[in-house]
Amino acid sequence: MASTILEMRGITKTFPGVKALSNVTLSVEEGEIHAIVGENGAGKSTLMKVLSGVYPTGTYDGTIVFRGQECQFAGIHDSERLGIVIIHQELALVPMLSIAENIFLGNEHASYGIIDWNANETRTRALLKKVGLDEDPKTLITNIGVGKQQLVEIAKALSKEVKLLILDEPTASLSEKDSQALLDLLLEFKRQGMTSILISHKLNEVSRVADHVTVIRDGQTIETMERKDVSEDRIITSMVGRSLDDRYPPREPKIGEVVLQVKDWSVYHPIHAERQVIKGIDLTVRKGEVVGIAGLMGAGRTEFAMSLFGRSWGRRITGSVTLDGKPVDVSTVGKAVEQGIAYVTEDRKTYGLNLIDHIKHNVSAANMKGVSKRGVIDDLRELSVANEYRAKTNIRAPSVYQLTGNLSGGNQQKVVLSKWLFADPEVLILDEPTRGIDVGAKYEIYTIIARLAAEGRAVLVISSEMPELLGITDRIYVMNEGRIVGEMATADASQEKIMRAIVRGEGKAA
Amino acid sequence: MSTETSPVPQSGVADDGQQRPRIAVSALATNLREYGLVLALIIIMLFFQFTTDGTLFKPLNLSNLVQQNSFIIVMALGMLLVIVAGHIDLSVGSVAGFIGALGANMMVTWQLGLLSNPLVASIVCLIVGAAIGAAQGYWIAYHRIPSFIVTLGGMLIFRGLCQAMLGGGLSVGPLPADFKELSSGFIPEVLGVWTLVPPTVNAAGKTIFGSGVQLQMTSVVLGLIGVAAYAWFGLSARRTRERHGYEAEPFALFAVKTIVISLLTLFLVYQFAIYKGLPIVLVVMGLLIGLFVFVTKRMVIGRRVYALGGNAKAAQLSGIKTERLTLYVFINMGVLSALGGLIIAARLGQAVPAAGLGSELDVIAAVFIGGASAMGGVGQVIATVVGGFIMGVMNNGMSIMGVNVDWQQVVKGLVLLGAVVFDVYNKNKS
Repeated sequence: MASTILEMRGITKTFPGVKALSNVTLSVEEGEIHAIVGENGAGKSTLMKVLSGVYPTGTYDGTIVFRGQECQFAGIHDSERLGIVIIHQELALVPMLSIAENIFLGNEHASYGIIDWNANETRTRALLKKVGLDEDPKTLITNIGVGKQQLVEIAKALSKEVKLLILDEPTASLSEKDSQALLDLLLEFKRQGMTSILISHKLNEVSRVADHVTVIRDGQTIETMERKDVSEDRIITSMVGRSLDDRYPPREPKIGEVVLQVKDWSVYHPIHAERQVIKGIDLTVRKGEVVGIAGLMGAGRTEFAMSLFGRSWGRRITGSVTLDGKPVDVSTVGKAVEQGIAYVTEDRKTYGLNLIDHIKHNVSAANMKGVSKRGVIDDLRELSVANEYRAKTNIRAPSVYQLTGNLSGGNQQKVVLSKWLFADPEVLILDEPTRGIDVGAKYEIYTIIARLAAEGRAVLVISSEMPELLGITDRIYVMNEGRIVGEMATADASQEKIMRAIVRGEGKAA
Repeated sequence: MSTETSPVPQSGVADDGQQRPRIAVSALATNLREYGLVLALIIIMLFFQFTTDGTLFKPLNLSNLVQQNSFIIVMALGMLLVIVAGHIDLSVGSVAGFIGALGANMMVTWQLGLLSNPLVASIVCLIVGAAIGAAQGYWIAYHRIPSFIVTLGGMLIFRGLCQAMLGGGLSVGPLPADFKELSSGFIPEVLGVWTLVPPTVNAAGKTIFGSGVQLQMTSVVLGLIGVAAYAWFGLSARRTRERHGYEAEPFALFAVKTIVISLLTLFLVYQFAIYKGLPIVLVVMGLLIGLFVFVTKRMVIGRRVYALGGNAKAAQLSGIKTERLTLYVFINMGVLSALGGLIIAARLGQAVPAAGLGSELDVIAAVFIGGASAMGGVGQVIATVVGGFIMGVMNNGMSIMGVNVDWQQVVKGLVLLGAVVFDVYNKNKS
């Protein structure tokens, strides 16, 4: 029996009006990988903030014992001194500084305030080797991909003599390959005796690397499972408090006439003017149909959708769009919305929400006409609309006056969806609608998508998760390098078929 | 997949028992800042009332206070929208000076016939202000030049033009008496004067100047109408909310707020009424404040400015024409700067090269004391007005106390810093 490195006992943390954590217990053994899973808003991040001292002693109840000592952290520095390092979901790197500068930021090798660059670089090289990153320490962060940035964050943690490494959703924005590499690295660290806590939504990753899995739901510890008992189904059941036989809601598609037809759509890059990003795409979506666009990152799917939606991306856009057989002008966002097209962005925080405003104002933002007369807003109408959509999409918030910045990812996504549902579009383009949200909320989003199709809308879903596309669509286009390289009915499709289409398409393009 | 598999909404469970107190607390919490600000203004007023031996609230001084600060508040209304939209305008003081010079030249120096008429000239000045705002806004909105730089340029350009137009350091005046009414006039008395306390008559049979109380009834009636309308609108809005089954703020809170504000207003109206009545510029300012409250709270265009400042990209992808909106915000600022310039000129009775010099800083300070965010997306009209009055009362009070101008600046700077520190502290705490 390995010794326990960390014990958190009876942790209770309340915010005004909300009990975020209630008597949570967590016990981590030395040298293991311990996964924490739970729905968004379940309290995982709060628990980690308690552990890392973001919420100092006294603001919560309960005790933390780390390596046999009871800890009272006044701030994040105290926990780091003991070797507890947390890597947040949003990376905390300075883009215009080099890898070496970032790794030793605030911790530079210096004497009398003068930095010894050679020492920094030598140590950086050693650290980069440890995490398997083959880059010059002088490379700027902005010039490396997000996967490599994650490795730099880990190298930075290693530079602090880490005893317990906490990773909050480390693979959320990584490609499959980078995710695998990251998990392999974690396993390697484990062999060297390091302890890690992994917070993740991706259950396949969790079941691959974790020795123990602790499930948190509604601010409470539900259970901790041993490796041998771990299965995706059991985790899901535990997470959502119900058995989830089916991860996708059933639907009976009633497919009608062609609604959206795009012909020969071409777009050039806004900065590199000679680069053609979208190369003559033809596509149709029918009434009541859910159509998916599969493809790898960088295939041009988002660029296609945004260029279609009021020319929000790209230059020298050519091609034709017809709705219900009539050519339409979608050259500005306003016109596109008026014609009945909505685009739900993949990046809700940057492009979807006003985070410093509340739910009510966000829901009405794309359809102010629906809540106003002659430019004057009807406050009550707006309130009832917001409440109606809060109920329809099951947004979990105490009231519609909650700031959207304080909502969990899944609820934020529901607010963005509500905003576009209220605009009452005929065609809905959903770009990665379930990115970074948990299983329970995903199911709710799928239910909304199914309902939209049942109402007779045409839905176009862009997703990098192939099981999701196979689960919710009727037809799938496969895109690669700016072209449609395959089209198949979902009934005949499989992950292998999609991958094959991508690979073949790659061959064609080259 | 029926009801038992769909997730239970967490918030719905505990709602009923907690809803009421929570709403009461949140209503207080969300408005705490505004109440706190009004309270701060009242404390500052009482402080100066005490230290100036009661001079602050003397009717004559109140009129002065309004006349000296109205242009700051008028321009702060425009600045609020600029700052909420995520920008800044450093040129407003120079634009005000330039417009003052332009107006004075039109009315006095250049013989332009009809265009020299004070009213016509003023309207032309406002249009020129709009054009200036459009010219600056164009670069900011459509070419994405940072507003700080564009308006810094504007600040130099229009101060220079102002001085050049006045022939280098001269002043142009005197301005027509009709025009001066804008700043120093009072609303005409149509209802007559009512003697509340008859003036004391001395032995020689003459009344003693300043004794007795005579009320300018037009002002009193306007004040009463205003207060009644305020209370009635508040009540009817509450009733509508309740009729539709929505929670309003607790009645006690609402009643206290309404009564305090009404009493304060009536007290000020009374002070004006026993002097010469309500200053015209106060009425102009009041109407503008009302308009801007309405625009920011109830109109689509106002809401869009907040959306633009909160997240410009999201606003654009919601179909808002962000460039055009930014342009409008700067045109509005230009018009209000021009009005500010006219008010300054009318108060001084002439155009001077230093008119409005440095006032952009007072204007910006008023907006930030009022709690607007430098990042955009946050800020309220009433809070800005209160912020402007806090600056104004301090200016006025310290001048009466005989505090040196140098030290006045130090104090104002500290108050600005203190207000923003208080805000940030509050935000972090919650």
